[in-house]
Amino acid sequence: MTDLTDLTVAEIRDGFRAGDFSAREVAEGFNANVAAARALNAFIVETPDKALEAADAADKAKAAGETLGALAGVPIGMKDLFCTEGTQTTAASHMLEGFVPTYESTVSGKLWAAGAGMLGKLNLDQFAMGSSNETSYFGNVISPWRRGGGDNAALAPGGSSGGSSSAISARLCPAATGTDTGGSIRQPAAFTGISGIKPTYGRCSRWGIVAFASSLDQAGPMARTVRDNAILLEVMSGFDPKDSTSLDLAVPQWEAGLSSDLRGKTVGIPKEYRPDGLNAEISAMWDRGIAWLKDAGAEVVEVSLPHTKYALPTYYIIAPAEASSNLARYDGVRYGQRDLPDGAGLQDMYAATRAAGFGPEVKRRIMIGTYVLSAGFYDAYYTQAQKVRALIARDFEQAFEKCDLLLTPTAPSASFALGEKQADPLAMYLNDVFTVPASLAGLPAMAVPGGLDSAGLPIGLQIIGKALDEQTVLNASLAIEERAGFTARPEKWW
Amino acid sequence: MSIDLQTVKKIASLSRISVTDAEAEAMVPEINNILGWVEQLGEVDVTGVQPMTAVIPNHQRLRDDVITDGDVRDKVLANAPQAEHGFFAVPKVIE
Repeated sequence: MTDLTDLTVAEIRDGFRAGDFSAREVAEGFNANVAAARALNAFIVETPDKALEAADAADKAKAAGETLGALAGVPIGMKDLFCTEGTQTTAASHMLEGFVPTYESTVSGKLWAAGAGMLGKLNLDQFAMGSSNETSYFGNVISPWRRGGGDNAALAPGGSSGGSSSAISARLCPAATGTDTGGSIRQPAAFTGISGIKPTYGRCSRWGIVAFASSLDQAGPMARTVRDNAILLEVMSGFDPKDSTSLDLAVPQWEAGLSSDLRGKTVGIPKEYRPDGLNAEISAMWDRGIAWLKDAGAEVVEVSLPHTKYALPTYYIIAPAEASSNLARYDGVRYGQRDLPDGAGLQDMYAATRAAGFGPEVKRRIMIGTYVLSAGFYDAYYTQAQKVRALIARDFEQAFEKCDLLLTPTAPSASFALGEKQADPLAMYLNDVFTVPASLAGLPAMAVPGGLDSAGLPIGLQIIGKALDEQTVLNASLAIEERAGFTARPEKWW
Repeated sequence: MSIDLQTVKKIASLSRISVTDAEAEAMVPEINNILGWVEQLGEVDVTGVQPMTAVIPNHQRLRDDVITDGDVRDKVLANAPQAEHGFFAVPKVIE
């Protein structure tokens, strides 16, 4: 019998419906994998009972001949940034340790309503701030991948959705939720050889997701195949009156619309994404991607996004500014930790609570955000950044007059060893150089694996589409997936 | 522009994060590095460019002015570090 934990979301869904196996067998298989993989530290909380409960409900519904939800029988992992009613939600911070929401985030609620079961809450960078999953209060997540040649260095699963990427590539769950503010779905997907899509800003409700930078935060799925991402994204998307930036649009049938025939499509190759000194293997993978898309029938043209080099510094003004405002809510009064030194007044309590509850990277970003928003500096930093952001968005608009989608690398390198980039925040920020521009412009973008580098580690490609055109993004990613034939998986050591 | 120890302490105070002198001193070069790097935005010509306000065009919706939520006091207080008599409790503010 096949190992059920090797199946994709589509295979589990279809096999369950066909009666090849029960939902309970699937949930038990993944629960066992989760329990046996604690060395990866991918989960902050495991919820095997929730997975079984959903599975039993699916089995019962099927036996009774009831209509089954789109994800009936499919267990998934939930990034611990989504509030889950009755299950601790921490954003991987000490600040929210012990916080048990009394409500459910819109996106997670949609997934449960579609029949999915929760295997657990996945580890991440603290408040989603990081690119290597080294800022979690609950410890680093370890990638299941290792370099070849007996090098057993613990590698970064990427961040901030590092628990999600590690768990999917290690077969602890067939799919998981992620959130992406500057690359937090796409870069971890690239590091672990899986796929993930950040939809157009406003497709997925932000309600009930612990906020980092509200004008950038978007939820999205992560899974091993493009089809699985389409299946999950359909369930996760949709208008929500509780999010003022939610788009009031019908959700397209992305799975039914999947086609890897790209005839009639034009792919733009942004020349600014190939700076001097770009890693040669990343560059070669990009060239292979161009050839694959041509093979799928697309025409390829060079385009220019002249403000690309300003995207990262723009991001590192806007994201911290929004974070400093959003994270002001952690005051030790309404929820989360409180640190009340002897004889302290209210202001001392705030300062002590926040000093004890936030990690160093979170403090750094709050302070930078506070500075760039402070009187006398607001225009020089924040207003200037919002103007440059408008120019970055305009670059994309102009490029999309000549093409339908863009192909770029996802990350400037393959995964690196934990600890390797921790000392220098700036070096860490550069990981997001290819993912941040699409975030600033609110565009849909997807990471898809392309192959392995010479050290045996996955490297990936990124497709960026026009606003609301997730279908073309998914289709081009599917064309790459079919041609790359990426079947590599980490050898089990955990 | 570069910031000094006093400025770092001021930002920490505005951020309501207590820092020791040693922590503040360690943050001076870190924050200066990052600010020095983002300052390259100053070289971009933004003449006539409006600052971005919404990344995807969207309109603010109006809804009927009716109560849609509420009556959940105990849920609101459920995660409070200290709740008393149906209120959040904080250290004494007025002497």
